[in-house]
Amino acid sequence: MTERLTRYGPFLLALIALVAPLLAPNDYVIGVLARICLYALLALGLNIVVGFAGLLDLGFVAFFGIGSYVYAFLASPHFGLHLPFAAVMLVIIFTAAGSGVLIGAPTLRLRGDYLAIVTLGFGEITYICLVNLDRPVNITGGPNGLLSIDPPSFLGFVIDHNIEYYYLFLLTLGLVVLLSRRLRDSRIGWAWRAIREDEIAAEAMGVNTTMAKLQAFAVGASIAGFAGGLLASWQRSVFPDNFLLQESINILAMVILGGLGSVLGAILGAVAIVSLPEIFRDFALYRLLAFGLILILVMILRPQGLLAPRSGARRSAETK
Amino acid sequence: MLELRQIVSQYGPVIALRGVDLTVRQGEITCLLGGNAAGKSTIMKTIIGLVRPTSGTVSFEGQTLNKLPTRAIVSRGIALVPEGRRIFGRMTVWENLALGAHVRRGRPQAEIDEDIERIYGLFPRLRERVTQVAGTMSGGEQQMLAMGRALMARPRLLLLDEPSMGLSPAFVDQVFDIIQAINRQGMTILLVEQNANVALSIAQRGYVLTTGRIVASGTSAELLAADEVRHAYLGEA
Ligand SMILES: Nc1ncnc2c1ncn2[C@@H]1O[C@H](COP(=O)(O)OP(=O)(O)OP(=O)(O)O)[C@@H](O)[C@H]1O
Ligand SMILES: [Mg+2]
Repeated sequence: MTERLTRYGPFLLALIALVAPLLAPNDYVIGVLARICLYALLALGLNIVVGFAGLLDLGFVAFFGIGSYVYAFLASPHFGLHLPFAAVMLVIIFTAAGSGVLIGAPTLRLRGDYLAIVTLGFGEITYICLVNLDRPVNITGGPNGLLSIDPPSFLGFVIDHNIEYYYLFLLTLGLVVLLSRRLRDSRIGWAWRAIREDEIAAEAMGVNTTMAKLQAFAVGASIAGFAGGLLASWQRSVFPDNFLLQESINILAMVILGGLGSVLGAILGAVAIVSLPEIFRDFALYRLLAFGLILILVMILRPQGLLAPRSGARRSAETK
Repeated sequence: MLELRQIVSQYGPVIALRGVDLTVRQGEITCLLGGNAAGKSTIMKTIIGLVRPTSGTVSFEGQTLNKLPTRAIVSRGIALVPEGRRIFGRMTVWENLALGAHVRRGRPQAEIDEDIERIYGLFPRLRERVTQVAGTMSGGEQQMLAMGRALMARPRLLLLDEPSMGLSPAFVDQVFDIIQAINRQGMTILLVEQNANVALSIAQRGYVLTTGRIVASGTSAELLAADEVRHAYLGEA
């Protein structure tokens, strides 16, 4: 059953994703679908850090925030800059990767719980910076955020409907899925898995553990940053409260729920965690309760997550 | 082939090695004896670059290794089977072996597959368990896997840190037979052991380490006759 799910699952999911907005009853639902895509991007980014490389990052949302704000800086009246969409996104990829390396470097020697605490601190510091950097010079706009952000535009075609955003996000998601799978089965993916299992043994095998960990932080961060840029362009505004600790935890929950290290799982996790509260919206107060119960139930029934991770390498060994 | 000169290694303020001189000759099995906390594993870690010596030199085939990262040392032909085996527990046997070849980047897959076949020839038990998750194997099987994984780097010098640890006597014999077989095929070996009798029976030469210093060295026959060794490791009064 899992076997068949992993083989046909991706195609089925892609098909559903392509037609979903056409079947949606209203624009609100399309907006939810777009949000699912954004969070799936975040989950895939964190899946590289936590799932592939085993580095527990509790401040992941910081990179989402950095991406959003860089977008706002470069494409809004705030600094009077209106760079083209593609250029902004390119800058975001490098800025986010750089900040990933920056927080990765001092944490290289830390493991598990210690790493979690440091990254948690980094997430909080980023949030505090976003809230407070409106004085003495107004950089972030403080608690009021930044407004009137430019929408994405390609060769004169401006994106401004939810359904257009949805397909833009979905396209990005598709590319990140391919990237994730590529990385997982590459030499660096093997290095990550070795580090996740036993860092000292990995090093003894000649894995460049320093480089591999920094690469995980950098790739994860640039995916989250990219998602942040997309969010800014879609909301047309950014606020610090988009990037609270709660968001880091939600993203981590998506990755764990889906199955640490599973690409398809991370997406299913995002689908579940974004859509469940929407589905239970009618139950008002009980909505979060039902949401929590479902999460607990899934983790009891499937402690490894919805989809236990599989690797191309393992498959190739079995077919021998 | 390998030479340690006046090696001092520390863990922060703790001095683990206090000026170790040690030579491993090509084609031989050299064994390193010593009680708990003597610094045997630290010597192994210093050779492979997991621990940086504070002073002294490690040279391999005439080249100094001190400043090189572990991956460069492994590429130069030294592989470590670490204490406690440290196999990748949630990976399959095949994946563990494939990771052993990590430093041989860019080599054709056919060559790697051929080497894996050779490892299966050496350890037929591993072939039966290609797709088994390594962490579920018995201790002895894991030791074989750890050795096979190290051999995948195609080393010329193999460092074995207590390969008999926690194995039943029958399995110990089996593992030592394989160590001897690998040695006869031309592999130089540095073997750390607590079990002096067994180790000296297959080694040509040995060293005895106590609290970071070499206190005795010589051929296996000399060591078997030496008082320090008989008292400390062979259980004789
Ligand atoms: N990572 C470390 N941090 C601090 N001290 C260490 C570390 N590793 C080893 N030591 C200390 O260095 C000394 C030598 O340890 P080492 O592991 O080399 O001994 P050993 O001879 O291999 O012992 P055993 O036979 O028990 O494996 C010990 O006193 C040990 O406590
Ligand atoms: Mg030891």
